[in-house]
Amino acid sequence: MKRVFNALGERLNRISSLKLTLLAVLTALIIGALIIVASDVDNLQNGDILGALSTVGSAYWALVVGSFGSLRAISNTINSSTPLILCGVSVAIAFKAGLFNIGATGQMLAGGMTALWVGFAMDGPGIIQVPLAIIAGAVGGAVFGAIPGVLKARTGAHEVITTIMLNNIMAFLILWLLKTDLFQREDRTDPISKLVSTQGRLPRLFGFLDGRADLIAHIGFIVAIGAVLAYWWFLKYSSTGFEFRAYGLNADAATYAGMHVKRLTVLSMTFAGGFAGLAGAAEVLGTYGYASQNFAGNIGFDAIAIALLGQSTPLGTLIAAILFGALQAGGRQMQTNSDVPIDLIIVLRALIVMFIAAPLLVKTIWRTKNASITVGQSFRGWGS
Amino acid sequence: MSTTEIATPLMSLEQKKRSRNVGLSLIFLALVSAFFLSARPGDAGFKLVESFTLVLPAQPFAQALAVVLGALGAVQLYRGFGKWTNVMLAFATAMFVVGFLAWATSGGSFNLTGMLQDTVTRSVPITLGAIAGILCERSGIINIAIEGQLLGGAFAGAVVGSLYGPWFGVLGAMAMGVGLSALLAVFAIRFRVDQVIVGFAINFFSLGLTSFLSQRVLTPHPEYNIVKPFTPYAVPLLSDIPVIGVALFTQTYFVYISLFAVVITTWFMYRTRWGLRTRAVGEYPQAAGTLGVDVLKLRYRNVWIAGAVAGLGGAWWPIGTVGRFDQNITSGRGFIALAAVIFGRWHPVGALTAALVFGLAEAIQLKMSNLDTGIPSEFLLMAPYIVTLVVVAGFVGRSRAPKAAGQAYDASK
Repeated sequence: MKRVFNALGERLNRISSLKLTLLAVLTALIIGALIIVASDVDNLQNGDILGALSTVGSAYWALVVGSFGSLRAISNTINSSTPLILCGVSVAIAFKAGLFNIGATGQMLAGGMTALWVGFAMDGPGIIQVPLAIIAGAVGGAVFGAIPGVLKARTGAHEVITTIMLNNIMAFLILWLLKTDLFQREDRTDPISKLVSTQGRLPRLFGFLDGRADLIAHIGFIVAIGAVLAYWWFLKYSSTGFEFRAYGLNADAATYAGMHVKRLTVLSMTFAGGFAGLAGAAEVLGTYGYASQNFAGNIGFDAIAIALLGQSTPLGTLIAAILFGALQAGGRQMQTNSDVPIDLIIVLRALIVMFIAAPLLVKTIWRTKNASITVGQSFRGWGS
Repeated sequence: MSTTEIATPLMSLEQKKRSRNVGLSLIFLALVSAFFLSARPGDAGFKLVESFTLVLPAQPFAQALAVVLGALGAVQLYRGFGKWTNVMLAFATAMFVVGFLAWATSGGSFNLTGMLQDTVTRSVPITLGAIAGILCERSGIINIAIEGQLLGGAFAGAVVGSLYGPWFGVLGAMAMGVGLSALLAVFAIRFRVDQVIVGFAINFFSLGLTSFLSQRVLTPHPEYNIVKPFTPYAVPLLSDIPVIGVALFTQTYFVYISLFAVVITTWFMYRTRWGLRTRAVGEYPQAAGTLGVDVLKLRYRNVWIAGAVAGLGGAWWPIGTVGRFDQNITSGRGFIALAAVIFGRWHPVGALTAALVFGLAEAIQLKMSNLDTGIPSEFLLMAPYIVTLVVVAGFVGRSRAPKAAGQAYDASK
């Protein structure tokens, strides 16, 4: 009987956690609407409140249509989600071990470049070249990701600082690499890379539909789903995954239990880098077919919000990444349709993360009654 | 005091390692000067004042530098410099930078004083951001949101400054900083949200909101985005000192304010009751609370002040330099400020030193693009980050953060 109650309580908890997420998204959307209205200077000066409100309507409608309204919109959402999922897993796996990986951007750039190199230097059959390039991406990211891990394990340098520094270092390294003879496209003077050979491009996800060149989603999405599954398996069934969780929950206890903390630190950052490297490979081989200076964009930072939102669980991270990808795809539509800048999406994401992290606040705003709401990720300050 | 010999204090394994690292890096720098910097013959001219140019023969200087650095490194490895280590390091680093500049300019000349002036100018937002970080962290609140506060300050400074003039712009920027830090305070203190998370979210919020508003409001209404920036103010008498007068005392108000902020923060932190309480709350809030300190109130207050300081730092962009706001104008300086907090070991003077190092690196980059050195400019742009990485990993190591930083205070525990 008690077990039944416990299971029921668990179920209720999960529902309230979902409810919390929905309320957080709703609150963020309402505040976003207020921002749209308040920034509509011209309409407000004319006293045209209705005009300002209709902008909100058309903006949010474009958000929906642009993300799920058509096959093309869905393809765009999938395409935007792919690197977000991979980087989200990268940040999440570090979170699980109690580490804060701000370096997904740099790791993504590193992985993208190694994948790119295999992508244009080789001209083999796609069935060999594509997997090789993807693996190269993972390795490149993993090696670059391992650096902050090793530094932390050996010297105690805090990963927040080292990963931020490495991001900047990588950004300039890329800029330099893209101007070297090895990478720069022959007929160009600006920092832009050679094209990945046709064989090396990731096949389109909807390639079976003839004549739909606008469906840009590629099989990187399947790699991303595979990464989520691998992450899930790793946490649930591998002993190292167990050690990660133990270490993340209580570093002291894990140390007393005889776990090699330094090894875990290095491993988790290496894995994190590997996943981020895959994201870089997916962008370079799939979406662009070449590398430019900032092909990583803001993805590494968005990934932090995603991992927080998904509470670092595999499924949560996946859903959060798809939500963010949908916002991204819809945001572009919104910018074209209603002149509301896509930067609104950044605001919405920030608000969602804030509200998710502050269940108490959401409960106060919406006066919900359910008491037990799980709290998200937390860190141990600058310590350990 | 009796005349007993004071034994060398026992060093922990880690300290030994660190002091060995210092020695090894000195030797490394010596090797760099011996084989790399001495490779370019020619005289380097450093223009100090209008009428005087210091001429340094690059090659002999590099060779001499190699000998000095090597000797310092050997002494460091053999017996260490004890309490003089920092002085020695500062001297060695400064000499190496001079050697590097001599190598880069050999055969030409450049305006050294101008570069120093630029260094001080560019350190302003980093210094103020770092002080904001210190004020928060010393009271036990991790402030990752410095970047967002700087950016918000820059935006508000530009808009308010355009409408009502630069001084009101500064006030507006500070108000914006306080607003954003109040967000941090409410979430971290009242709702006990993890400080790193809420700080990160504030960065995003600020980036998104300022970019959004800049595109939606400032682009169609450029009249809201044109400030008359401060012009440099030469301090009477002091600005007549050669070199230093230009570098330190012919600057905009921002430089004077930021130096004043360093002094006042140091004094407050170590000489006043408020400072003692702040440090106590940052280390062991339960004990401070038991003794009657209102932990939460103190934290609120510190976070607010920090926000004002960071907002002021943000105002430097529109009002101290370019006279306008652009999307993401701070471009990560807030994170550099965060590094300066740790680099400077949570001490205002340490943070200022770190900020000056970053400022110098930025100033050198600007000069370097005019000189033909054969080094791709990207590597020079990378240099400050590599230096931070090496310093944080090699020398600072497990620097001691305020113990309670990052933990929500719960009086019932």
